Amino acid sequence: MTTTRSSPLVPRSDTSRGARKVGRFFLSELGLIMGRRRNQAGLLVLAAMPVILGVAVRLTESNPRGDGPPSFVDDIVGNGVFLAFAALTFELTLFFPLAIAMVSGDAIAGEAHSGTLRYLLTVPAGRTRVLIVKYLGIVAGSFIAALTVTVVSALVGILLFGTGPLTTLSGDQISLGTGLWRLLISALYVAVGLCALGALGLFVSTLTEQPIAATVAVMIVTATMWVLDAIPQIAWLHPWLLVHHWTDFAELMRNPPDFSGIGDGLLVAVGYAVVCLLAAWARFDGKDITS
Amino acid sequence: MPPSAATDEFTDGAGDRLVGAALGSALAIETRGLTKVFGAQRAVDGIDLQVPTGSVYGFLGPNGSGKTTTIRMLLGLVSPTDGDHEILGHPMPQELTTALHRVGSLIEGPAFHSHLSGLANLRRLDAADARSDASSSERRVHEALDRVGLKPAANKRFRTYSLGMKQRLAIAAALLAPRDLLVLDEPTNGLDPQGTREVRHLVSTLAAEGITVLISSHLLGEIQQICSHVGVMRAGQLVAQGSIEELRATQTAQLVVHTPDPRLAAEVLTRVGVAAVRYEDEVVTGEPGAEPPERISAALADAGIRLRRFAIDRPSLEDLYVSLTGEGFEVRS
Repeated sequence: MTTTRSSPLVPRSDTSRGARKVGRFFLSELGLIMGRRRNQAGLLVLAAMPVILGVAVRLTESNPRGDGPPSFVDDIVGNGVFLAFAALTFELTLFFPLAIAMVSGDAIAGEAHSGTLRYLLTVPAGRTRVLIVKYLGIVAGSFIAALTVTVVSALVGILLFGTGPLTTLSGDQISLGTGLWRLLISALYVAVGLCALGALGLFVSTLTEQPIAATVAVMIVTATMWVLDAIPQIAWLHPWLLVHHWTDFAELMRNPPDFSGIGDGLLVAVGYAVVCLLAAWARFDGKDITS
Repeated sequence: MPPSAATDEFTDGAGDRLVGAALGSALAIETRGLTKVFGAQRAVDGIDLQVPTGSVYGFLGPNGSGKTTTIRMLLGLVSPTDGDHEILGHPMPQELTTALHRVGSLIEGPAFHSHLSGLANLRRLDAADARSDASSSERRVHEALDRVGLKPAANKRFRTYSLGMKQRLAIAAALLAPRDLLVLDEPTNGLDPQGTREVRHLVSTLAAEGITVLISSHLLGEIQQICSHVGVMRAGQLVAQGSIEELRATQTAQLVVHTPDPRLAAEVLTRVGVAAVRYEDEVVTGEPGAEPPERISAALADAGIRLRRFAIDRPSLEDLYVSLTGEGFEVRS
């Protein structure tokens, strides 16, 4: 059999490859994540939290001072920008991990569940490439979540309480510009922590075909780490917990800022991310896709 | 570009597509002892599949006979426990990306993102393809939709599609890029007769363009008329394989004569060269082989034998298929 055309459609060029190729897949992935109703609703909930927090503080101006680690709630009345620091702190306990657990748990398990994974792999998208793009999607989701909350809460805070120079935890004042700069660093630091959790979620997502199961598993791990982190008898374990350093961005609001906490936090986050991504790759590369 | 008689000639000058052609065997798919064991079950048990280039290969077998597992192994979704295989001359899974780039597939029914439109789903698949050309993406997506007649529904969400439309979208996805091989797993599953006919027509058109097609089904009747070759699976084993003519040739026609003179008729039949002649009551049977029926009937008439019925029964492929796979609802344990 001889034909001059091997195919019904147009011949295509194989010349363009590399980063641009991951780029188009990544944009498609990002569109898929952001296009999902549940993710849009999740982002709305994340953004609603600082609004609720701000209004609650505004309505109860009496503002009793509590003990314990800095939660910034007491400072909101003095300067609206602190609402952003407070919101980041609060959302780290439940809402951020839940959002990332949702997105990362869905990454592979969601595609497996709907059967689209087999078609992605026979396109062929390449298993490693699928993992890379899925993780980049989770990373993008982490940064979108952290930055959305930061921007919304800073705006709401400024609107409700006004702004100006910030009083640091050390008692002296820094300019608004310096404060906003440290807020941005805090937001990015929070996002990196979420990326590490997302790597764990991606790994769990390669183990199951049920996205809900992966999400629940990530939440259980997160909650367990928070509980362990609250037990003083096992203080030796605390520095190794992913969540232990998560709120250390508060130390940036000292004068001079203390970077040691977030430095350790970044190391732990990178460690978790590398281990989980390698585990995800090892699992996914040879996995039989029977869904 | 050296012309190749055995395989297709490629027009786009892409280096790695030529390698397959240059090394190309006459087989689009070849497996040797391909085996998959799930726990204690040998789902696929050492099969040697041979799909000639340019053929339409009907991959038949009852549900649960190992067809889908075989197809998943062919496409690199499932790792074989044993054996090896080549797709379009590329050893798998070493050259999986190069090989699958030229393969369009439909595996165990359509699966797409239900909240996206058919158009958006195809765009996503094309974006996922590392080798697809972004600049021609829109055109190829629309051409594929047009090809399966889904253009009017391109912007409707996948979840609103009928089963036939879903099936057609899956075929469109398989046609997003130029292909040399299509692997279609039960493409007519769940379709009404009209839809089945449309799929058949589409597959014949594609095959006429020179694309090799492997099409699986548990119903021989649905695909028999478009297949040039057939392979039959039963309980994980490939129990028959070959061109339709070869398989037909393995079946012996049966001569049946009803007559009140059976003993005499048997003698005449044996004399004219009919094999395995037997008679019981008033029915004489035998295997006419290559002997033309008109010569046999003339010999009977010359001998003055009275005939009530004279027939040559040629078993259909369906009979062969049923005899190979068994009837009924046996479930493999």
